[in-house]
Amino acid sequence: MSDGEASARVGAPAAGAVLEAVGLSRSFGPIEVLSDVSISVRAGEVHAIIGENGAGKSTLMKILSGYLAPTRGALLLDGARIELKGPVDAERRGIVLVHQEIMLAPDLSITENMFLGRELRRGLTVDDREMNRQAHEAMRVFGVEAAVSAPVRQLSIAQRQLAQIARALAVPHRIAIFDEPTASLTPVETTALLKLIEELKAKSVAVIYISHRLDEVKSVADVVTVLRDGKRVATRPASELQPLDMARLMVGRDLLALYPPRPQSPTGEPALEVAHFVAAGFVEDASFAVRPGEILGFAGLVGAGRTELFEALFGLRKGGGEIRLNGAAQQWRDARAGMRAGAVYLTEDRKSKGLLLEETIATNLTLAALHKFQRGPLVDRAKENRALDDAIQRFDIRVGDRNLLAGQLSGGNQQKLLLAKMMQLNPRVVVIDEPTRGIDIGAKQQIYRFIAALSAEGRSVIVISSEMAELIGICHRIIVMRNGRIAGEVAGEALNEHAIVVLAAGVAEGGEGARA
Amino acid sequence: MTQAVQEAPVTAPKRRISVGGVAPFLALALICVLGAAANPRFVSFDNIVNVLARSTFIATIAVGQTLVITAGGLDLSVGAMAAFVAGLQILFLNSGWIDNTTILIVTSMALSLGVGALCGLFNGLTTTLGKIEPFIVTLGTMGIFRSLLTWLAQGGSITIKDSGVRAAYRQVYFGDLFGVPYPVLVTIGVAVIGAFILYATPYGRHVRAVGSNEDVARYSGINVARVRTITYVLQGLCVAIAVVVYVPRLSSASAATGLGWELVAITAVVVGGTRLKGGVGRVWGTVAGALILEVIGNIMLLSNLVSEYLIGAVQGAIIVIAMLAQRGLARNR
Repeated sequence: MSDGEASARVGAPAAGAVLEAVGLSRSFGPIEVLSDVSISVRAGEVHAIIGENGAGKSTLMKILSGYLAPTRGALLLDGARIELKGPVDAERRGIVLVHQEIMLAPDLSITENMFLGRELRRGLTVDDREMNRQAHEAMRVFGVEAAVSAPVRQLSIAQRQLAQIARALAVPHRIAIFDEPTASLTPVETTALLKLIEELKAKSVAVIYISHRLDEVKSVADVVTVLRDGKRVATRPASELQPLDMARLMVGRDLLALYPPRPQSPTGEPALEVAHFVAAGFVEDASFAVRPGEILGFAGLVGAGRTELFEALFGLRKGGGEIRLNGAAQQWRDARAGMRAGAVYLTEDRKSKGLLLEETIATNLTLAALHKFQRGPLVDRAKENRALDDAIQRFDIRVGDRNLLAGQLSGGNQQKLLLAKMMQLNPRVVVIDEPTRGIDIGAKQQIYRFIAALSAEGRSVIVISSEMAELIGICHRIIVMRNGRIAGEVAGEALNEHAIVVLAAGVAEGGEGARA
Repeated sequence: MTQAVQEAPVTAPKRRISVGGVAPFLALALICVLGAAANPRFVSFDNIVNVLARSTFIATIAVGQTLVITAGGLDLSVGAMAAFVAGLQILFLNSGWIDNTTILIVTSMALSLGVGALCGLFNGLTTTLGKIEPFIVTLGTMGIFRSLLTWLAQGGSITIKDSGVRAAYRQVYFGDLFGVPYPVLVTIGVAVIGAFILYATPYGRHVRAVGSNEDVARYSGINVARVRTITYVLQGLCVAIAVVVYVPRLSSASAATGLGWELVAITAVVVGGTRLKGGVGRVWGTVAGALILEVIGNIMLLSNLVSEYLIGAVQGAIIVIAMLAQRGLARNR
């Protein structure tokens, strides 16, 4: 911990520091999740905070934005000690937090959400026209041309994320904290967001930026602070750190290669064939096939219809077309039908569609395959416990206490649990939507290995992801979607980022004037 | 750091008994102690048996309601359904189709159970297949069931005519086993089965999953509509069981039978710690809730502190207090 000594900074406020945290600690029960962390943030500077899940990033952010009080330590604003009484108090002082989780009222429009609690008025009534204008302007910055009067329910997750960012930044602010803002964004929106952050910098706003995407951190941050196990292990200028150095500091050991060796290219007859499939309002005429042991990627921009295609395939939304599994025609009216046939879909939205956050790990693990854990009329608790032991071991689900609720697990462990849950069904075809969204690099590496292992066992794996690098890193073949249609396919030598972007953005091969 | 903030004493977050689960029983015990202090007659054997027997009707219905609410539904029609089922059963008893009294009574009971299950099935299918809010559906069927009874009774009441049948059937409500009245045994049986279904079977777990998060259940391959529909059928059965036991006490059914019982049953469920939004169900808490409501009424009758005309107000206050207590417990976690 050469440059990590907290005491070095205490009492010597860094020049131009707007917000300083001095020796912050926070305990939950007997567990100290943050211990003696000091950082200082300057105006016009982007300060990235990185660390694995459970390193204390979110706790630190909650303290800085008034959601949590520290057990020990102090906050200084402009050198004066402050006590934040809550998020509203923090906002009043110019500190805004862009949440990781989407917190918008689904039945209200983008505009209504953006101005919730601070509606503009004209006389006795709300000034809808002006609010709509401002909301439209704010969304346009991100390149989203969605109708701002449409209910948030109708937006994609990425669009909701952007609406949430716009809402947070509509409050007058001097310090903006971004907690994993790009977790559900594709490269195009990410670029727009990073540009916006540059603009904030130019306006002398101090930006605190949390992300798992180290390339992004490298490109946007001026200073990087690394947390590990609740402690600060380093604070360095971003120019001195390469993404690999950051990863090394985060995990405290050298990382092996991020991606596992690719399993051998499959040659058998297709396990799953889909032809002329339609997802009402989202996807038209999609046809593809995947072989046993193959890892097939689905790339595309947000709104390209990837998730919708597979949700329709599994009877989770309206749609239809030809499905053949090992040559036999199928029609899946609901998820159960697909499961019976040997195909499962792991949702991208693990918190609200994948796991029961208020139930135990064991309950979640067996929920989709409960019929296998039945003894007479009862749930066989002993068998369930053995399955939990197996899953914890096989998928390295890190739980201190087996009685924890699923909602208390970190993102990475939740994802592992979701994978373990669906593997209880022993499927032949596994569709994983955004397998590594919002999880740390160590857990990512493990997920890639699990995917490779599934393929090595002869299962067909379909991976939908907005992270092109990971698709390229693990897939045998990648299908690219654009505007609800399959735009093309890349494989073998052609498996590179450029080829995918060209297909995803709809630029003719070798054409000029590509959208970045 | 020198400026250490005083740290709150920490307790190990070991697996402890859920406070929310125990609260209704503690409240019940407290109320009983207060009752005993207010009037010694409260703890007399006769009074206790009386309170238990009186609470069984609501408790039995409320066990079914616990399942419905846990799965994220609601059934407002139970009071009207009880009246309707009771009316049909009495009409059958009066029909004289079967000469043997015992067979007649047993057949009428079976008929009631069938009618109750069908009423529940209708509620369930209408909400799930019709995709209509259960509040609206059961508000509608509440009117339908009660109106049908009024029509069958031609605005008056339907009474068991044959005194022999009445005398034979009386045993079901007024009889006892080792001093424990049959209705109490029936309620315990219903609660045991309800708790077994909810806590020990795969179906019960699906009920909780559906109420906790419908999307997760759907994505896990659970047939949400079927799970919900079955809770309404079970609710219908619970209503019918309550009616079968209760008919001999009333010997008649009229438009006023079971009026407002749906609200008392829902109150018992909520006071018992079941979450109104679904996902968390407490069958034994519901039984405690039904007892709390009955015991308070009983204490008010026995003591002269508060006018018995205010029973409704006190029960209303209990709902609010129970919800505030739940909120407080949730916050202190």
